[in-house]
Amino acid sequence: MNMINIKINNNDYQVKPGLTILEAAQEHGIKIPTLCHYPDLKINSDCRICSIEVKGKKNLLTACSTPVVEGMEIKTHSTKVLNARKTITELILTNHETNCTQCARNMNCELQSLSNQLGIDENRFEYRLVSQPKDTFNPSITRNPDLCIKCGRCIDVCKDVQDLTVLENFGRSHEVLVVPKYGKYLSDEDCTLCGQCSSVCPVAAITENDETEKVWTALNDESKHVIVQVAPSVRVSMGEEFGAEAGQAWTGQIVTALRYLGFDQVFDTDFTADLTILEEGNELLHRVHNGGTLPMMTSCCPGWVNFMEIEYPEMLDHLSTSKSPQQMFGAIAKTYYAQLKGLDPKDIYVVSVMPCTAKKYEAKREEMQSNEGIFDVDVVLTARELGKMVRQMGIDFLTLEEQEFDNPFGITTGAAAIFGATGGVMEAALRTVYEVVNEKPLEDLNFKSVRGMEGIKEAEVELKGLGKVKVAVAHTLKNARKVVEQMKAGESPYAFIEIMACPGGCIGGGGQPYNTTNAKREKRIEATYNVDEAMILRKSHENPYVHKLYEDFLVKPLGEKSHQYLHTHYKARN
Amino acid sequence: MLEKKLLTKRVGIVNPLSIDDYIKQDGYKQFKKALKMERISIIEEVEKSKLRGRAGAGFPAAIKMMAFAKEEAEHKYMICNADEGEPGNFKDRYLMENDPHSVLEGMLITAYATRATKAYIYIRGEYNKALSIMKWAVDEAKEKGFIGKNILGSDYDFDMEVRSGAGAYVVGEEFALIESIEGKSGRTRVKPPFPTEKGLFGYPTLINNVETFCNYPVIIEIGGKAFAKIGTASSTGTKLISLSGNVNQKGVYEIPFGVTIREVIETLGKGVPENRKIKMIQLGGACGPIIPEYMLDMKIDFDRFEDFESKTGAGAIIVMDERVDVFEVLHRIVNFFGHESCGRCTPCREGHPQLEILVKRFLNHEATSKDLLSLESLARVMHQTSLCGLGQSSPISIISTLGYFRDEYHDRIEFVGKV
Ligand SMILES: Cc1cc2nc3c(=O)[nH]c(=O)nc-3n(C[C@H](O)[C@H](O)[C@H](O)COP(=O)(O)O)c2cc1C
Ligand code: SF4
Ligand code: SF4
Ligand code: SF4
Ligand code: SF4
Repeated sequence: MNMINIKINNNDYQVKPGLTILEAAQEHGIKIPTLCHYPDLKINSDCRICSIEVKGKKNLLTACSTPVVEGMEIKTHSTKVLNARKTITELILTNHETNCTQCARNMNCELQSLSNQLGIDENRFEYRLVSQPKDTFNPSITRNPDLCIKCGRCIDVCKDVQDLTVLENFGRSHEVLVVPKYGKYLSDEDCTLCGQCSSVCPVAAITENDETEKVWTALNDESKHVIVQVAPSVRVSMGEEFGAEAGQAWTGQIVTALRYLGFDQVFDTDFTADLTILEEGNELLHRVHNGGTLPMMTSCCPGWVNFMEIEYPEMLDHLSTSKSPQQMFGAIAKTYYAQLKGLDPKDIYVVSVMPCTAKKYEAKREEMQSNEGIFDVDVVLTARELGKMVRQMGIDFLTLEEQEFDNPFGITTGAAAIFGATGGVMEAALRTVYEVVNEKPLEDLNFKSVRGMEGIKEAEVELKGLGKVKVAVAHTLKNARKVVEQMKAGESPYAFIEIMACPGGCIGGGGQPYNTTNAKREKRIEATYNVDEAMILRKSHENPYVHKLYEDFLVKPLGEKSHQYLHTHYKARN
Repeated sequence: MLEKKLLTKRVGIVNPLSIDDYIKQDGYKQFKKALKMERISIIEEVEKSKLRGRAGAGFPAAIKMMAFAKEEAEHKYMICNADEGEPGNFKDRYLMENDPHSVLEGMLITAYATRATKAYIYIRGEYNKALSIMKWAVDEAKEKGFIGKNILGSDYDFDMEVRSGAGAYVVGEEFALIESIEGKSGRTRVKPPFPTEKGLFGYPTLINNVETFCNYPVIIEIGGKAFAKIGTASSTGTKLISLSGNVNQKGVYEIPFGVTIREVIETLGKGVPENRKIKMIQLGGACGPIIPEYMLDMKIDFDRFEDFESKTGAGAIIVMDERVDVFEVLHRIVNFFGHESCGRCTPCREGHPQLEILVKRFLNHEATSKDLLSLESLARVMHQTSLCGLGQSSPISIISTLGYFRDEYHDRIEFVGKV
């Protein structure tokens, strides 16, 4: 490849052609600040913070959008450039309700660090914010327009990744707002509450509903037996919340931290992920043998379920009726576990730690009450909220010793561990369905074709009496729509389809630590499969405690109790 | 004779509603001539003519045309930019209302030379008369076989459609205009890719100003070389000037480049009413520089305009006499552009309200010396960093007056007790 010669700040560099100035500088350790730019999203160059000087150009150019050309001489931190960046930041702050000490993003905010980096100690311009109503009307996310800096990331992620147009630029000139289309509030709109917008927002303008206070209250309430479940995908991201590199599992540290926080029992959602496989796998076989609606589609992702209820209400029959692992856990906790412990269900307080904002909504669905008037899951925390609680407690997370989950919901399998990655639910299901149907052990447990970041993936398994059965996996709602449209057109060759709303699956969920990128998603996926490899048990139907649960309580998959507690239904919305 | 009527020679003579009349006056003759030429030699003539775009930036027309001609695609679009929304400019309207077929003929020559498949004429929404005249003209040209399939017996097909603009000034910007035709909200896009590579509906698109197109029949008629002899070395041909403000005879005048501003105002515009003194003029339009009277002997020329960091030589001259308050003018300009900003990039979106606040302080004699520094810094940053021409050029009136009328700023600063 012919390299390009450029000068940055009077030093000579050779760089690959086709790079932007921002990328070229980055490769050589020169950091040009950005604000609207986000890896994996399209380049807007709206904020103009990455302005740089190029010799021969009268105006400044934006590093994010300008390709390098031979002989280019660039200044990234000249007085002219720094003055421009400073002025632009001051301008942003004239229209931003700066209140860092009372803000969810304090010490974790891109605008705050930018302002710090530029050394802004006064604002020459006048504060002119016109306050707008907050959007607090859904169980998952809050929008505070007074903090919005109109970077457009949320619009782009919603549109380009999720293929939804919930948010838009409304109005023009200095009155521009980023708001839900047509309506004022997300709840008026076709929002799936996936939370991807909240995870890319550089400031606190879109955040998950903070429910940490509720959890602190419960933990301090003597009359409550407070238990917690941890989603599979959170263990491969949690360290990043505290500055660790992506790509490691932090399971033991999470357990320890949760004990420090004061939970009475620390359980693993992986346990009910195994349970989900047994219910869903049997549901699939039941549908196949009894002429039920096919393809069957997974239902453990609430962002996806919301999407179906809103966008394709006529196709809800395709969704598996099996509840998600989170909700199975809640149901089991407030029935079987309550009996086991001799506790009144209303005294059990169930907290989930999830990668997801839509899970907050899922927990608040009317159907999710195994005991009338009592929600199965009381509070859902995102990974970020758990991070906050750990910091509040002054715990040094990265150096914690590793402890084990409590039983009976602590023994799990590798199949459950991979639930958090796109393709993981499918792989877990295939491991079980194959062995159950064919009545022989699977030679290679690894269904590699359904792994990884490719948008839509396929696999084929040979099942006794059924021949070759085709399955598919899709992640992001954009890809989900393609798969559903294919079904709608009657052209779907699949028996079973796994969908996760977020890119990469739950490991890339809307409630994961900030600065999630596709590169980090790949690393989390890698860590996920490492967890699986390291497990002794790697198939859901081999989980001995799941067997015990059936023996003691549920009797059999798809049985009467299962129907009562582990299955649900969906309803058309809008 | 100060005027040189190449583009406007038929104005007032031809009946704009009659294609027959236009043809009788040698109309479409140059297009017929072009049809017999090699495509590349048409572009070569344009290159020789050194024609520069008439929307204001003065970009060499042949380079854009060549880039577009090279593109291979199923659809290749052309857009005639007739959005003309900048206060002080009304020359495109003049051309469309008085000689619509000359616009079409220029477009047809370009289209043939570049193998364009379809053109849109995007006309400012308020221009009702121009809109109906252009529609009428396009219909007539279709009936006569100048537009459509197998044009004039050749194997060339080309379609044309007139569109009414969406109202906002910023939609005149090429990508905003493209978005508007696509039915979107009319915000600009990041370049590259440029419209010639990926424009309307993702296809190669050539955008030119009305006046730019009107030059092509002239170039074909007299040849690129002869055309290049008109005007100055850096700016060839003629320019339509929209003359307005405090002058006796407002109007559109076609002059060769190189004529001085004073000549235009005094000879063509017949001077200032009641012989008042000229204080300043604004060049190009509302987003151009404001210069003092003593500079009126400056020649009208693209390169001279660029000395004022002004890209916009759309050709307006707005005359302001001694009674005019600089800050009233600035306040009006800042408000106009602040309102017209699409709101996409930070400097323009958040900068305009601050410019407005600061200029108002000067207007009301309430400014401090700190305000002067802030205003100067802000205006420069907006100029240097805004995403599109609107935000880049809107502060030029401020930057230029900070240079030429700095005393007036100082006069408005209250020194007592203020820093
Ligand atoms: C804010 C803004 C408004 C513009 N408005 C117009 C307009 O009304 N008419 C026009 O021809 N060009 C306008 N332009 C310039 C166009 O973007 C484009 O450069 C032009 O149509 C090219 O024509 P030319 O190459 O023939 O000069 C505008 C540019 C900006 C930044
Ligand atoms: S969003 Fe960032 S800059 Fe704004 S108040 Fe919060 S922490 Fe401060
Ligand atoms: S939560 Fe998801 S669907 Fe809703 S606005 Fe955000 S990105 Fe769009
Ligand atoms: S809500 Fe956040 S992501 Fe969306 S435009 Fe505002 S600041 Fe950007
Ligand atoms: S300069 Fe103004 S009009 Fe142009 S993109 Fe920026 S905000 Fe929009």
